[in-house]
Amino acid sequence: MDTLALKPTLDISKIRKQFPILNQKVNGKNLVYLDNAATNQKPQRVIDALTAYYEKDNANIHRGIHTLAERATKAYEATRHSMQGFIGAKHVEEIIFTRGVTESINLVASSYGRAFLKAGDEVIISGMEHHSNIVPWQMICEEKGAILKVIPVSEAGELDLDAYRKLVTTKTKIVAVNHASNSLGTINPIKEIIDIAHKHEAVVLIDGAQASAHLTVNVQELDCDFYCISSHKMYGPTGTGILYGKKELLEKMPPYMGGGEMIKEVTFAKTTYNDIPYKFEAGTPNIADVIALNEAISFINELGKENIAAHEAELLAYTVEKLPTLQPVKLIGTAKHKVGVQSFIIDGIHHFDIGQMLDARGIAVRTGHHCTQPLMDQFGIEGTVRASYSVYNTKGEVDQLVEGLERIIKFLK
Amino acid sequence: MTSNQIQDEIINEFSLLDGDMEMTVFYIMELGQKLPPMKEEDKTEDNIVKGCQSKVWMTANLHHDTLHFDADSNTAITKGLVSLLVRIFNGQTPEDIMNTDLYFMHKIGMERFIGTQRSNGFASMIKQMKLYALAYKTKKELSS
Repeated sequence: MDTLALKPTLDISKIRKQFPILNQKVNGKNLVYLDNAATNQKPQRVIDALTAYYEKDNANIHRGIHTLAERATKAYEATRHSMQGFIGAKHVEEIIFTRGVTESINLVASSYGRAFLKAGDEVIISGMEHHSNIVPWQMICEEKGAILKVIPVSEAGELDLDAYRKLVTTKTKIVAVNHASNSLGTINPIKEIIDIAHKHEAVVLIDGAQASAHLTVNVQELDCDFYCISSHKMYGPTGTGILYGKKELLEKMPPYMGGGEMIKEVTFAKTTYNDIPYKFEAGTPNIADVIALNEAISFINELGKENIAAHEAELLAYTVEKLPTLQPVKLIGTAKHKVGVQSFIIDGIHHFDIGQMLDARGIAVRTGHHCTQPLMDQFGIEGTVRASYSVYNTKGEVDQLVEGLERIIKFLK
Repeated sequence: MTSNQIQDEIINEFSLLDGDMEMTVFYIMELGQKLPPMKEEDKTEDNIVKGCQSKVWMTANLHHDTLHFDADSNTAITKGLVSLLVRIFNGQTPEDIMNTDLYFMHKIGMERFIGTQRSNGFASMIKQMKLYALAYKTKKELSS
């Protein structure tokens, strides 16, 4: 398992104090929150930003000329600029606010797909994709008569790049893969994937849901065509996220949703559309949560992503060291390069039982197929137990996870 | 014993756990371990209780005037939960099963430790058992 050379330097107990939700008991035990791949917790500054917005600045944005509207608009657009810097985008108008990664992917599948896919064209995804990066492509392929192809996944949970090279043809128009897998934790070689796709003039969408809080993302260096980010997986509020798209692509794409904000002029004879990013931001957006997201971006920037990553890598390495000492535990997802996510199964004990028992001890993990049913099918399992980490988790919490598992194994075996 | 007497027994047993979640979960799993396993050939698609997150198989057979249930599950906790229902309804007449008001779940605070998904699954198991009872009652009436 690859760990970063950088030694963790963060004061975790100080960081934990910024997360009020961690200070509670579940079933009489201190909460041990290890379900961060599902959603991670919010620092006080993000919660305060939400409250402050509704207490002081709430107004509809972009068109009002009064003071509150000005303040709200400025704060909203400030997040857009922060996000531009966060992912190294060339133009601020390449940052589109959506409801999250699922909507971002649907937007591209629908808008780019409808305009540019033809019958017989090919879309490539991987065998470890989340349903959100499978189903939209299935839908548009069915509609357009395009063919969906799948990059195979190895036993260790890595993409077979040689197989991918063979899959890409002149008919490939879109490649869509995740930067990091939510079930396996695998960090995919997206730069290579992008370069190979571009040789065949295909565009690449990267699902960055599990990456943006843990890995450095520079969309210009990657040269990806689209990159999707989930706010609530990077210490931000739920209900928002972004789609990054290259300017020249977004300008060519037809609108996804129609309505207010995304128009220039409306008549019953004809309607003209607004410029990007507003062309893709129909209706009143999730103003409060976008504004609060800015605090999450600052939180990450102040700690330093490489420091966060180093700490999570240490937790993952500790988990991988400890879990296999419990005899019947089998790790699922053993790629060389991973984010802090570890799935496992215990032979003879169903994952629901494990999850329920851990919950009885205040430990929150995720159980089941993690919205990656095809991947589970490939491994011949119904589901796994998944522990996933954020910056506020500790080795002590991993110890508690292991202890909980020891008890259930002892009881049921 | 009547269904209600068995329910009261169960409430009493759970009260000894004193609301300790971990002990409750282990106890339910233990109950499930005591449930005789179902024959593999009975674990068919037709015998699966619809509406459960886990797989729950159930069959019912009439012995003289009373119903006997066999049940199994692929998860230890669900097996424990279904074992409670089997304990309450085994050896009861179809009429008794249909007319039994199940109150033990609320008295033992089941909603605290099985969550919404499992609660829906549990309701499905109860519904299945009552449907079996109705089917056997109807069959009996038609043949008499």
